[in-house]
Amino acid sequence: MNAVTEVQDSYLESFARFENGAAGNGAGWLRSIRRAAIARFSELGFPTPREEDWRFTNVAAIAETSFSLPQDGRVDPGPQALEPFRFSGSACSQLVFVNGRYAPALSWLRPLPGGVQIGSLAQTLADAPDFLEPYLARYADYQHDAFCALNTGFMEDGAFVRIARGTVLEEPIYLLYLASAAAPTITHPRNLIIADDDSQATVVEDYVTLSGGVHFSNVITEVVVEENSVLSHYQIQRESAEAFHVSTLRIQQGRSSSVTSHSVLLGGALVRNNIHPVLVGEGGDCLINGLFMATGRQHMDNYMKVEHASPHCGSRQFYNGILDGQSRGVFHGRIIVHKAAQKTDAKQTNRNLLLSGEAQIDTKPQLEIYADDVKCTHGATIGQIDEDAIFYLRSRGIAETSARDILLSAFAGESLERMKLEPLRKHLEALITHWLPRRKLPEVAR
Amino acid sequence: MLTVKNLHVKAGNQEILKGVDLQVNVGEVHAIMGPNGSGKSTLAQVLAGRESYEVTAGEVIYEGKNLLEMAPEERACRGVFLAFQYPVEIPGVGNAYFLKAALNAIRRYRGLDELDAMDFLPLFKEKMKLLDMDDRLLTRAVNEGFSGGEKKRNEIFQMAVLEPRLAIMDETDSGLDIDALKIVANGVNGLRSPERAIIVVTHYQRLLNYIIPDYVHVLVDGRTVKSGGKELALELEDKGYAWVEAEAQTAMPAQA
Repeated sequence: MNAVTEVQDSYLESFARFENGAAGNGAGWLRSIRRAAIARFSELGFPTPREEDWRFTNVAAIAETSFSLPQDGRVDPGPQALEPFRFSGSACSQLVFVNGRYAPALSWLRPLPGGVQIGSLAQTLADAPDFLEPYLARYADYQHDAFCALNTGFMEDGAFVRIARGTVLEEPIYLLYLASAAAPTITHPRNLIIADDDSQATVVEDYVTLSGGVHFSNVITEVVVEENSVLSHYQIQRESAEAFHVSTLRIQQGRSSSVTSHSVLLGGALVRNNIHPVLVGEGGDCLINGLFMATGRQHMDNYMKVEHASPHCGSRQFYNGILDGQSRGVFHGRIIVHKAAQKTDAKQTNRNLLLSGEAQIDTKPQLEIYADDVKCTHGATIGQIDEDAIFYLRSRGIAETSARDILLSAFAGESLERMKLEPLRKHLEALITHWLPRRKLPEVAR
Repeated sequence: MLTVKNLHVKAGNQEILKGVDLQVNVGEVHAIMGPNGSGKSTLAQVLAGRESYEVTAGEVIYEGKNLLEMAPEERACRGVFLAFQYPVEIPGVGNAYFLKAALNAIRRYRGLDELDAMDFLPLFKEKMKLLDMDDRLLTRAVNEGFSGGEKKRNEIFQMAVLEPRLAIMDETDSGLDIDALKIVANGVNGLRSPERAIIVVTHYQRLLNYIIPDYVHVLVDGRTVKSGGKELALELEDKGYAWVEAEAQTAMPAQA
């Protein structure tokens, strides 16, 4: 038996313990989904680069590592340890999750308008499982995705957000996920966000490493945006350089709904970022915006799957990558236009800056169009930093390192400019500015 | 202020400057003229510190110091300014932000306090007025989508804000219509001062009707082949470059 199957079996053993423990008390539908998902995981196994969707990303390092679920004894990092990671840009509710579990003592809930529910998924599963049944695990596909199957098998806690019909929540909801463990630990944060008809909200997911070494965040977020609702979703990935992070954002969009998804990826050793909106109602619209910045030996894979299933929907994808050191980036941009989705207007742009000779990017558009009256465009660029621009800035008195930072900030700024909520944009600007000096500056070509 | 002695410069394997001499004193305006490919722009770029050129012989002394040893930003901080022939477009970097960063970098170098946003705007607006520039260019990205004339005016605007000691203008007149040319020339004339020297690199004599130089130098095939007063420009306009080129040809064997 090789290492991979051994590890795979250990997940099954771990699942048996999980089911015999707390998870065994859950609702019947939930237990059967978990069982189906873990069975599916056992059949699928971890993907290999032989599979088209994983061509550029080898997850052997995940498949061969024996991760354990976090120990039941709660880790309490204390509020001080969290301070550097808090969002202080504006007043808002902040939910903190430590190793995948909701930590009420560290969370702040602001007075909320009626019709807004924010809390932990575990609590909601205990209190109102019937409400969750039509939503949970109905969208993220565990039949074809091993990571999703694994998460679904072990799903237990995460954030639950529901914005009731006609409710507008001005403040963002900030979800902070902290990893803190000594041994290689796996967490399966499971988030469910529901925006009922005519509602509006902004949700931020922020993943950080508080302490400890290797950990693996295997995240699934399902977002259901009903008719005429507006939802902004932000994800920030700034875990340690040893962390593994695989996440799927699955968005179900109703008629005339509008969704923006912003991703900023800075951390992690191996990161896979799946964004999968499905425009099921007519006239829906989504903006998928992202910025990934890698250095050292980081690997960041962005897998977009934008599905147009109804007429008159629009989608815009903009992803910018900055790659330094020996890092590797992937942008896989799939657009699927189903037969019914006439008058689709889909656009995809991926721009990349390579700061070193050893950094690498694979960018791949994949358009599958089954309707005949659609507009689909895609474009990708790969380039180096403009040395003429560097000279121009230097010739005006600006030091070389500052000149490079100015140009990188401008490139990153293209992504930031699309983020409309100013305190959040400023927060992200600051994170990126902090990231810049950590880079190894490339030698100037002379 | 500036002494260029026997300057030899290569780009890749090609020798472009093959012995340039130039003496510029403070308060003077010098014109450097020459046919295409004579090395005028190379000279301007080398003075500003472009690193793609290799200096193989000669020296450049600026205010008593070896200019060639300084990084481009140090030259700028010590008062050297190049108005680019082809100003670079920098998407995503606002014109005002860029100029603030430049001015403050120079002020820091000189041990002066940095200016804040409140100080900049009146200064910028005043200088823009001189060049008949639209205020909106301040908030746009540096040179991005600017017309040819707007780019050239933006160079002179930067020069007016940064107040260099030695301003080098690389074909600032090329591609300008006569109205834009007059505006640019007025801007430059406004910066003439006993504390400042200006080098005007140009292919055409036309600009020199508006910016009257004290001295004119002719560069042919990488060498300064002729120097004189402002009347030399008129002579060139009359006779064309063929005349000096012929003189240079006959002089060459003697030098070889």
